Amino acid sequence: MEKKEHIISILVYNKPDVLARIAGTLGGKGYNIESLCVNTTTQYEISKIVMTSIGNQTTISRIESQLQRLVDVISVDDLTNVESVHREMILVRLNLAEDKKEQIKKAVDVNHWKVIVSNDNYVILEITGDKAQIDLALARLEPLGIVDITRTGLVALELKS
Amino acid sequence: MKLKGSQILLKMLEEEKVDIIFGYPGGSVLDIYDQLYKSKIKHILVRHEQGAVHAADGYARATGKVGVCLVTSGPGATNTVTGIATANMDSIPIVVFTGQVPTGLIGNDAFQESDITGITRPCTKHNFLVRSVEELASTIKEAFHIARSGRPGPVLVDLPKNVMAAETEYDPATIKIRNYDVFHKSAPKKMAQVLEMLSHAKKPLIMTGGGVILGKAAAELTAIARKYQIPVTGTLMGLGSFPGTDPLWLGMLGMHGTFYANMAVSHCDFLLAVGVRFDDRVTGTIETFATNAQIVQIDIDPSSINRNVVVELPIIGETKATLKDLIKFLAEHNYTPSSSERKEWMQQIADWREKVPLTYCQNEKIIKPQYVIETLHKITKGDIIVTTEVGQNQMWTAQFFHFDKPNSFISSGGLGTMGYGLPAAIGVKCAFPDKQVVDIAGDGSIQMNIQELATAAQYNIAVKIVLLNNGFLGMVRQWQELFYEKRYSFTDMTYAPDFVKLAEAYGIVGLRATKPQEVESTLRQGLSIDKPVLMDFQVSREECVYPMVRPGESISEMELGTREMIN
Repeated sequence: MEKKEHIISILVYNKPDVLARIAGTLGGKGYNIESLCVNTTTQYEISKIVMTSIGNQTTISRIESQLQRLVDVISVDDLTNVESVHREMILVRLNLAEDKKEQIKKAVDVNHWKVIVSNDNYVILEITGDKAQIDLALARLEPLGIVDITRTGLVALELKS
Repeated sequence: MKLKGSQILLKMLEEEKVDIIFGYPGGSVLDIYDQLYKSKIKHILVRHEQGAVHAADGYARATGKVGVCLVTSGPGATNTVTGIATANMDSIPIVVFTGQVPTGLIGNDAFQESDITGITRPCTKHNFLVRSVEELASTIKEAFHIARSGRPGPVLVDLPKNVMAAETEYDPATIKIRNYDVFHKSAPKKMAQVLEMLSHAKKPLIMTGGGVILGKAAAELTAIARKYQIPVTGTLMGLGSFPGTDPLWLGMLGMHGTFYANMAVSHCDFLLAVGVRFDDRVTGTIETFATNAQIVQIDIDPSSINRNVVVELPIIGETKATLKDLIKFLAEHNYTPSSSERKEWMQQIADWREKVPLTYCQNEKIIKPQYVIETLHKITKGDIIVTTEVGQNQMWTAQFFHFDKPNSFISSGGLGTMGYGLPAAIGVKCAFPDKQVVDIAGDGSIQMNIQELATAAQYNIAVKIVLLNNGFLGMVRQWQELFYEKRYSFTDMTYAPDFVKLAEAYGIVGLRATKPQEVESTLRQGLSIDKPVLMDFQVSREECVYPMVRPGESISEMELGTREMIN
């Protein structure tokens, strides 16, 4: 069976150790979490976790049913096969070295990257997009000299519920 | 009404109709023990916290109710982990209350602090750290609900000392718990599929597991098998869910299953698997398991489906409700199996049974362990509750004691916990004081929780221990004999106490049998004494459990033993 990345959206009760339970359940059964995003929903007592994991359909079904067993888990949905939008974000710092300054300014203009901090020494950019867009941005940032970077896990939302 | 946390705990236990607690006091639970001193709830003081959990687990397995234990923080809590993991693997409903250091000290490496919720997260169904006295009552209620609902399991509740001392308003009528999802689906469409498959089946077989006992569905399963004359095999955990003396019963399947059960499952064309999870000890190599069969799997837990064996038709639901639906559906649609085809299949099984029966070589000079178990079954007519330790004693019990009723075979199946049988027997005997409760033990296992003899002695809990004493860690030795050219690396346990003297030292009765002629009289004597009794049977040292499927092989390929006398 074909292995691919699956996006799993999980609604959970916002309990102190709910993330530990989820990570422990998957880790203990030998499944890997590739990326992870967690925050509360509009109701403080309920959180949404979006995670990605690579596996074939059988593996992913097993992950789903293992998660479903947890008392604090309300629902588990695989968003991979439903229409949904996906976004990741990176924050990246580029040093404004004399020989790179012009190149960086030009790249920021051409790519419509958002500058959130700028001073004489460096800029911090905020870039959002789906996985492909982020990967493309990273390829373009690479020659400019990335000093530091943070990349979020993927967030996703189905088009209709 | 304002009450202290410790008082609320006891009130809630009464609400949950808890009549007995197995426990061990300590610094962090002094407030609770002070309340217990005045309480009507019975408390059994064990000699090690592991024993408390196994006793609560045995109580739960025999009664179907939630077993309860109470221990202190730190080492008291960590000592429960093996017991909790044992209950978790076999889906046994217990609630374990652990003391904890005051909330202000949590995380400080305080004296007798352990992160027991962190430690037990992977081996509990759920666990709680109660952070304030206000959430105590609802947490306890939720803990019992979670332990017993759906697929049952152990729940741990960690109780910081200051929460037990703090006061709050208590009104049992206002306690609410949050809803949690349990599967109750009925599946009429799937019943039609079962009928369709069953109608085409020439060699049907039922495989019954622990879920049938936990789901109280033994009567329904038995009714289907008998009405439609479908032979039945079972997993270790399923023993007792179908009468072991019924002609349709083929015995246990798997690594130490009977020849005919393993042949039947390998040749059947339809397999109704109820409340099983297809453990590796049952299936042998997955690729060769029941390859000729269409498999219908009924289980309450979706994560048990397609986990090891991929099945044609999964039905998620309570075993009892689902089997009831099936009984009704088959009757309404006048399902009648072809009697000639069924006859042929039964004849095939009878031939296998005749070719390789479940047997052993009798011996006039030395006691065979199987003979002890057979004799125990004969003189009690099987009407006792049996616990076992783990290893050869457990497998021979599964093979040679024919369990007719559910909840009468109490054994650590999934985790295979040595030292389980004695404390579990104590728990069972507390639940059924008038019932004969026998722990069939090995000399290795019994020593892992031998201290519980003191518990039995203190309360005169008249459990009977049938010790199959071969001076070896028998099952490990068997593997060394068969797979490691008899290099008996650290399995010789000849250096052991004199068990009769040991029993006497604990203040219970010790008996010994060294010849086959003494077996029956020793058993009769031991069973007739209304005190805890340890019967030391000096059995043949190098007896093996047969049949045996080599690890990693198909269950149709069995070692049958030389069938010759070994000693």
